[in-house]
Amino acid sequence: MLMLEKRPTPSRFWLYATPPVAVILTMIAGGILFAAMGKNPFEVIRTIFWDPVFGEFAFYLRGQLLVKAGPLILIAIGLALGFRAGIWNIGAEGQYIMGAIFGASVGLAVFPTESRWIFPVMVVAGAFGGWLWAMIPAILKTRFNTNEILVSLMLVYVAETILAKASTGFLKNPEGMGFPGSRNFSSYPAAQNGFLYEPLGLHWGGVAALVTGVLAYVLLTRHQAGFQIRLAGQAPRAARFHGVSPARLVVLCMGISGALAGLAGMFEVTGPAGQISIDFNTGYGFTAIIVAFLGRLNPLGIVLAGFLMALTYVGGEMASTNLGLPDAAIQVFQGMLLFFLLAVDVLTNYRFRLAVGAR
Amino acid sequence: MKRRNLLATAAMGLLLASGGAFAQGMDKVKACFVYVGPIGDGGWTFQHHQGALAVQEAYGDKVEIQYQENVPEGADAERVLTQMALGGCNIIFTTSFGYMDPTNAVAAKFPDVKFEHATGFKREHPNVSTYNARFYEGRAIQGHIAGKMTKSNKIGYIGSFPIPEVVMGINSYYLHAKKANPNVELSVVWAFTWFDPAKEADAAKALIDQGVDVIASHTDSTAPLAEAAKTNGAVIGFGQASDMAEYKDGPRVSSIIDNWAPYYVKRVGALLDGTYAQQDAWEGIAGGEVEIGEITAAVPAEVKAEAEALRDAIAAGTYHPFTGPINKQDGSPWLAEGATAPDGDLLGMNFYVEGIVGDIPQ
Repeated sequence: MLMLEKRPTPSRFWLYATPPVAVILTMIAGGILFAAMGKNPFEVIRTIFWDPVFGEFAFYLRGQLLVKAGPLILIAIGLALGFRAGIWNIGAEGQYIMGAIFGASVGLAVFPTESRWIFPVMVVAGAFGGWLWAMIPAILKTRFNTNEILVSLMLVYVAETILAKASTGFLKNPEGMGFPGSRNFSSYPAAQNGFLYEPLGLHWGGVAALVTGVLAYVLLTRHQAGFQIRLAGQAPRAARFHGVSPARLVVLCMGISGALAGLAGMFEVTGPAGQISIDFNTGYGFTAIIVAFLGRLNPLGIVLAGFLMALTYVGGEMASTNLGLPDAAIQVFQGMLLFFLLAVDVLTNYRFRLAVGAR
Repeated sequence: MKRRNLLATAAMGLLLASGGAFAQGMDKVKACFVYVGPIGDGGWTFQHHQGALAVQEAYGDKVEIQYQENVPEGADAERVLTQMALGGCNIIFTTSFGYMDPTNAVAAKFPDVKFEHATGFKREHPNVSTYNARFYEGRAIQGHIAGKMTKSNKIGYIGSFPIPEVVMGINSYYLHAKKANPNVELSVVWAFTWFDPAKEADAAKALIDQGVDVIASHTDSTAPLAEAAKTNGAVIGFGQASDMAEYKDGPRVSSIIDNWAPYYVKRVGALLDGTYAQQDAWEGIAGGEVEIGEITAAVPAEVKAEAEALRDAIAAGTYHPFTGPINKQDGSPWLAEGATAPDGDLLGMNFYVEGIVGDIPQ
């Protein structure tokens, strides 16, 4: 009979082996699903994982990977810092929206002024918007001991309502014939986040994501604050004896993750999305939670996980259009990835034992 | 199609276009569709997909159909469109208002691919056409039925987004309800979604709680009808976008059916025989784009006959749903006696007509 036994110390092997094993299991289970739907599983898997990088249209799709991965990485790194300290910011989607609204508002307020200072100020405003939105659950938690999971999640819906108001009201394009949505930043060079190098899909958001990955890695491994974050997550009591203030840590972690989510929203609205619209947010803030765990809450791992997740999106779209797979099948496939990740993750802290004769 | 071929075709297309001799037909057309919802939504996307299937039916193996469901409006739409264009689609139908900017952005990069954007107004490149249907014509018939059928004199409308498309539907509905029943009052609830059964059901509940007994909706699911069905016949409603015939025995007394098939068949056909040209299409009941679903026995025969006469008059072009005198909500005159609304006024409509209470969210 098989039994689960807790390991004395977490397995380092499984810590690193979990993501690849989860990906392989997802491919197998997904392949069975696709085969059951009457598609050639090898063709589907190839379309999702191989074609975007090496296929016929890779010259275009490779760039799209970073476009899609950039915001995921940026948000996931911020979330991971909090998750490591046991602070659960689930509302990155809302902070992402508020960052976009703050950043866009600054740009649109000075339209059509041309100045090289406009974009940097918008970047700061975007980060501020996300930070501000994250401060609400942070302060409620430190002052009134509310649950940050619930408060930050609920604030997503508030942010969505403000987004609808912005697109139909205060940020509406005055030349848009009454249709909802702001001016498009693609026709406003001073405030536009254009491609720096299009074949790689590199815009300022991508740069920010990669730089943040490195900075966060250094913070966690070399800096006092990083040590406190790790300590607070692993041994909260010891952290308190060590002089770590839980309240300060909540404000710090929520603040960083909020600001990064806000930045992601700001880069997205001025770049790939182009405008504030009612449906501007497409779930990056939630998907980033998966990315954070897929990357083992390690900034460098998150960078890789971000690209993997982007691959399932871009490749999934290809499979859906070219092979006629329903969108829901692709969503199931992405869901499997998280499911297997969590399932295999058990092996990091537990191991299977064959218990002979026991019952 | 290989990338090199694609570029070659693009170059050839440019040459031909500049030579003014772009009247050559095609042997085979790959027609692609971008949907905002799932094809099983039972409303908007379902109807577009029916149109796509009609194209396949009409031309058989001379066309290849591809589609993508649930495409978010924004950056993702741009990627999906680019993938389709790279993948060899000859004509791409983008079936939601939010695809307007992505459609034009991608069209700039693929001058030999035809783009058709539903319900928008931007045609920034010669290969972008727009199309829409005059749904306000159908709203006039619903309004008439609503005015005659209401017992509480309170009728309701579930708005999706406060855009001209929706505002003109509300105005047409109200004007004709008022004409049929001068005591009628209209309540509008904004759902801020095209498809969200839970929100739509909440909106319907809110209206029913206010005493409304006829509900029209501008959102795509059957949830408002499902809500109305719970009142055991006290509240009636209409099918929206598709016939929603499964509620015929219940609250659904008629419907507006979006029939995109004639347009899709016509446009793909034009591409096949070489007569394709850029255009801005806005057909209504006459063109077959807007159909009025069967008016059920719950409606008295006399009202049904009036509604059908109204439909036929609109189809024949002898009656325009917006015929003056009509004042704006603030009392200022809009259309003089006998004048009909110019299309430009309708496409930019951002005001209620006189008599409607409440504000359009700004």
